[in-house]
Amino acid sequence: MPKQQANWSPYDNNGGSCVAIAGADYCVIAADTRMSTGYNILTRDYSKICKLADKCVMASSGFQADVKALQKHLAARHLIYQHQHNKQMSCPAMAQLLSNTLYYKRFFPYYSFNVLGGLDNEGKGCVFTYDAVGSYEKVGYSSQGSGSTLIMPFLDNQLKSPSPLLLPVQDAVTPLAEAEAVDLVKTVFASASERDIYTGDKLEIVVINADGIRREYMDLRKD
Amino acid sequence: MFRNQYDTDVTTWSPAGRLFQVEYAMEAVKQGSAAIGLRSKTHIVLGCVNKANSELSSHQKKIFKVDDHIGVAIAGLTADGRVLSRYMRNECINYSFTYESPLPVGRLVVQLADKAQVCTQRSWKRPYGVGLLVAGLDESGAHLYYNCPSGNYFEYQAFAIGSRSQAAKTYLERRFENFADSSRDDLVKDALMAIRETLQGETLKSSICTVAVVGVGEPFHILDLETVQQMIDAFEIVGEQEGPAAEPDAAAAADQGGSTEEGVAPMDI
Repeated sequence: MPKQQANWSPYDNNGGSCVAIAGADYCVIAADTRMSTGYNILTRDYSKICKLADKCVMASSGFQADVKALQKHLAARHLIYQHQHNKQMSCPAMAQLLSNTLYYKRFFPYYSFNVLGGLDNEGKGCVFTYDAVGSYEKVGYSSQGSGSTLIMPFLDNQLKSPSPLLLPVQDAVTPLAEAEAVDLVKTVFASASERDIYTGDKLEIVVINADGIRREYMDLRKD
Repeated sequence: MFRNQYDTDVTTWSPAGRLFQVEYAMEAVKQGSAAIGLRSKTHIVLGCVNKANSELSSHQKKIFKVDDHIGVAIAGLTADGRVLSRYMRNECINYSFTYESPLPVGRLVVQLADKAQVCTQRSWKRPYGVGLLVAGLDESGAHLYYNCPSGNYFEYQAFAIGSRSQAAKTYLERRFENFADSSRDDLVKDALMAIRETLQGETLKSSICTVAVVGVGEPFHILDLETVQQMIDAFEIVGEQEGPAAEPDAAAAADQGGSTEEGVAPMDI
């Protein structure tokens, strides 16, 4: 009898894409609401976005059971922080906590691909992008999930500052206004939904700025 | 209470069936500065007197938020109180994590009481020297509990612990029947009046007391100084017309020591 291989996996991929864009005084975090398994759709209306603190929001794609557990874990840790320090965690602090939490399970990882977005202590937008085991970096924009290979190059084209070696010398990219960033996100998801089968149904957009947190929805292709 | 040969260990019974170490722990509660609690059907108010060691130092924190629906005021060894608050917070967080719903107060106080009991039955431990007034909201309404170093706990309509608490208790005893239907603001007012009783003459100002409220639709929070001062000012004028509530509280003065003479061990009450 040929050697049998294990064919049960503790992980599943529920698909979906997430994007975050940081601005001078705002941050946009968006994710689609489709949850799938294999070639099937489990639901068209599942939020991948979680508010971790007043000015800090996380969007995660991957295995949603792990995502849920991770969100609950971080929420509990945030409560403890508030009890001890009498204030909310800042986005950079939460970013480090998320990294440590992910690495803690280095040898049985959370199958969760995260982008963290929010305002830092000075009110400037910040985005942190992660891999499944906690390696992270502060960036101006990022995408994760099944559509990220389609989305990221487009964001690079629109948002990445040109190399100073290029001639003729160009100014750094004009910083985006909040409304423009939201529009860009909508465009990006509409495009990703065209070619990525796991992205679609509805887009959930969360915008954080000095006034607080605002949520917006947009329909996407349902096929 | 006087020293005797049965009071060295918490694990030694006296011939009269008392554990003196536990009773001494309850004495520690009586030495702490006052804390009071009162409840209506929908709200609970906790208050405490802020005692600072000297004019140079800040006062100790005696009221802790445990969760959105639970808060605690302590009297006695504040360090023990801080540690127990941390335990309570942890229990609430873990319960919410597992059951996605708030920990019912009634469960929490039992866990606290069991934790306190352990320290009365281990030779290498000592009882916690802190009394806790636990205020919490659950599906069955507003609750106020008193947790004792002995491991006993009781539910109250209103209660006061700590030094000069008898004066506050007398005030509360006279008024408690009205508390159930009191409005939130009246409840806070009554709490401030009760605190004032324990000050015995000293002027009541927001800097020497702390007040916290939890109620239906109102997560636990400590009122800020301005709000408290405004409430004090509002009733100070009315307050002067109230007869000196410190009547012949001579009986009350002999309060704390009296009950622990011969006879009933206090933990049994």
